[in-house]
Amino acid sequence: MAKSLAWKIGGDQGEGIDSTGDVVGTVASRLGYYVYGYKHFSSRIKGGHTHYTVRLGTEPVLAPEPEVHVLVALTQETIDRNVRGLVAGGPVIADQAFKPALPDGAQAQLIEIPLTQIARELGAPVVRNMVAVGASAALLGLPLDAFRSYVEEKFGRKGQETVAQNVRALEQGHRFIESSHVAVRYELPAATPGTRYLMTGNDALALGALGAGCRLMAAYPITPATDIMETLASLFPKYGGAICQMEDELAAITMVIGAGYAGARAMTATSGPGFSLMQEGLGLASVAEIPAVVVDTQRVGPSTGMPTKTEQSDLMAAVFGGHGEGERIVLTPGTATQAFEDGYEAFNLAERYQSPVIILSDLALGQWLQTVERLPYERVQIDRGAIVGAAETQDLEGEFQRYRLTPDGISPRTLPGTPKGQYLATGVEHAQTGKVSEDPANRAAQVQKRRRKLEPLRTREGAILVDAAEGAEVVIVCFGSLIGAVDEAASDLRGRGLKVGRVQVRQAWPFPAQPLRAALQDARKVLFVEQNVTGELRELARLEGLEDDRFASLLKYDGTLLLPQEVVEEVRVLVMKEEV
Amino acid sequence: MEVTLKDYRTSEKSWWCPGCGDFGVLAALQKALVNLNTQPHEVAIVAGIGCSGKIGNYINSYNIHVVHGRTLPSALGVKMANRDLLVIAAGGDGDGFAIGMNHFIHAVRRNINVKYIVMDNHIYGLTKGQNSPTSDPGQRVKATPQGNIESPVRPLSLALSAGATFVAQGFSSNQAQLARLIEDAIRHPGFAFVNTLSPCVTYNKINTYDFYKETLTNLDEDPDYRPDSRAAAIAKVLEKEELVTGLIYRDPTSVPYEDAVPGFGTVPLAGRDIALAPEDYELLLAKYR
Repeated sequence: MAKSLAWKIGGDQGEGIDSTGDVVGTVASRLGYYVYGYKHFSSRIKGGHTHYTVRLGTEPVLAPEPEVHVLVALTQETIDRNVRGLVAGGPVIADQAFKPALPDGAQAQLIEIPLTQIARELGAPVVRNMVAVGASAALLGLPLDAFRSYVEEKFGRKGQETVAQNVRALEQGHRFIESSHVAVRYELPAATPGTRYLMTGNDALALGALGAGCRLMAAYPITPATDIMETLASLFPKYGGAICQMEDELAAITMVIGAGYAGARAMTATSGPGFSLMQEGLGLASVAEIPAVVVDTQRVGPSTGMPTKTEQSDLMAAVFGGHGEGERIVLTPGTATQAFEDGYEAFNLAERYQSPVIILSDLALGQWLQTVERLPYERVQIDRGAIVGAAETQDLEGEFQRYRLTPDGISPRTLPGTPKGQYLATGVEHAQTGKVSEDPANRAAQVQKRRRKLEPLRTREGAILVDAAEGAEVVIVCFGSLIGAVDEAASDLRGRGLKVGRVQVRQAWPFPAQPLRAALQDARKVLFVEQNVTGELRELARLEGLEDDRFASLLKYDGTLLLPQEVVEEVRVLVMKEEV
Repeated sequence: MEVTLKDYRTSEKSWWCPGCGDFGVLAALQKALVNLNTQPHEVAIVAGIGCSGKIGNYINSYNIHVVHGRTLPSALGVKMANRDLLVIAAGGDGDGFAIGMNHFIHAVRRNINVKYIVMDNHIYGLTKGQNSPTSDPGQRVKATPQGNIESPVRPLSLALSAGATFVAQGFSSNQAQLARLIEDAIRHPGFAFVNTLSPCVTYNKINTYDFYKETLTNLDEDPDYRPDSRAAAIAKVLEKEELVTGLIYRDPTSVPYEDAVPGFGTVPLAGRDIALAPEDYELLLAKYR
């Protein structure tokens, strides 16, 4: 019995592919299966081939399945493009209306169902895809009742007629398979329903930010980050927040900085092109020591790149981008739960260290649905850092020393509105009062202070997450959404008797060099797995003096999701080389 | 406590050239704040880059000196974070009408509750004399030795046609009028644009104090002018080629941006209790079941 199955629906954009995939994903999740839902889409709204895959399993899944078990085709193009990704002899549910045909040599079983005709007869052409869902349920061995109750809940508000049409569509599709001679029937072990959630990293991050008290977001729409703004836009009116859709990313970042200066928890979210525009602003936040939270949901770059495809090529830009040497904190979540954690912790770090914090996400994490066991919201704590209030400033003689040289480099700040706490925050180098200064000794002292304050973060708890293996033949190192494929690969390799460890880098800067060195100490081989062409994470490790002849890289930069099998294969090659 | 001019002075020595128009703008701003009895800690000044951007160095309020051209979005951030603050954005013609022009138009149409004082000297001073977007045609400078071939931005007509709810222009030599215009701007609920003609005595040989004294029309002295009609205001600034001072237009129905945001609330964000309760999370998560 398979531990996981993959179901895929394809058609033209605008044909309800997304909502149909969501139905299958949500019902599977409610049945207790772990779900990973991923799509192929293009930068257009109508037309163009798109597909949506739902992987469901009895164990957590955060990576794609190499082959699809059921394909639902709404167009001939769907068959032509996707039949090769089907398991040998797998079923293709196709709408009879477009007279589907299998390409020569295709190993598949074509099941023609009059989807459009059935929907028309039900008096609702829009339920066409629901017929296919009913048929899919039969093939996947999922109980139809679960779909029925979902439909009742989802369409209840639209009236009984709509519910009835959808239920009948499900039933007819189901019956079509049950009464046919289709031999293929899949079966998954029974799952245990629990209180689980199906969400994207963007959703989880938005909730984390809200939990942290973020009530202001300035952003400019960009794929694949826009959902964060849209999620918060739907929540803010209730929680007293404001979304400001700005004219560009220059405005977005500087608005966040203005708000951070004035004491609000504010954020912006963008992707590569917008992130490039924010670099000058990030420098201001670094030197004027103003909290600011910036999400970069990475996509393929440079320039416009491939806006709907995933990559991890902004790491260097996040750490070193912009002119001068303004340091930032860079967090790298890999799962929705981690996106939630970083979504709130970023604000604490930003205020505690008076620094810009970049949450470096990626398209796969930001956009693809995943099962979340639970969001650890009880762990959310709000730490606003060192703030000097009116009680302390009232006895102040002379000017407030906003940039006082302190042993830990953190200088308590006042918030505008505090009597006697006035000061100048400026991107110009400044003395302890904030006043402009070109004095060489002051310049050096302020540079050192700003550097010093972030130093303790190099050993922050949770900066790397280690799944160790004693006497590891290989330790795999990765960041971001690749943790899904890497963990699955590690588990597979361990099943084959190989000692495999893995390290997920959760904070790319300040670089956790010492914990990483310790984690890699006993490994015979170290494999960096990254979605970029230059091996940016490995390069950071090299800069920190960690590189040695055990290091190797698996780099993927074609925009597609990393398969666990690719990692398995690379590790096997690496170990074989070692043995030769 | 009664606020005096002394409260707004800093220990900083001014870096402007002797005779710079910006001294007059600074003095008028300080006077206006004193006249309104505004406490220094209740004021946040957001300054741009350029000679004018140094204004924050010389005034004892909360000050943030940002990246070139981004005064207005930064000022919006400050205001949204703490709506109780009086937020004043200040910068030059380069900051506002070249690198930051985009934000100017959007601040106008959003009607952000920020007072925007532009020190317009028709030239780039701090980079030693290049033409600015408001430079007169023909002006010869080192970077444009054959003379300026571009036509100037017309800040007043631009703001009016973009829907500004408060537009005024002052002259840095006319202290009394400028201070009064700034006071009016501060009282205005919404975006208040005060363009100030602030001569650069070092690099601009065209738009001098004498030039303005000869060419400016003071609308205060025109008993027939009423600043309540956008159409009349546009006609007036076109007729006078923007060489007017006084209150040009004010929309009495202006609603500031923060009041227009649904559910935003009147308590400053910076001081709110922001923690969520477990019930809040459960409610939020229900959507993802």
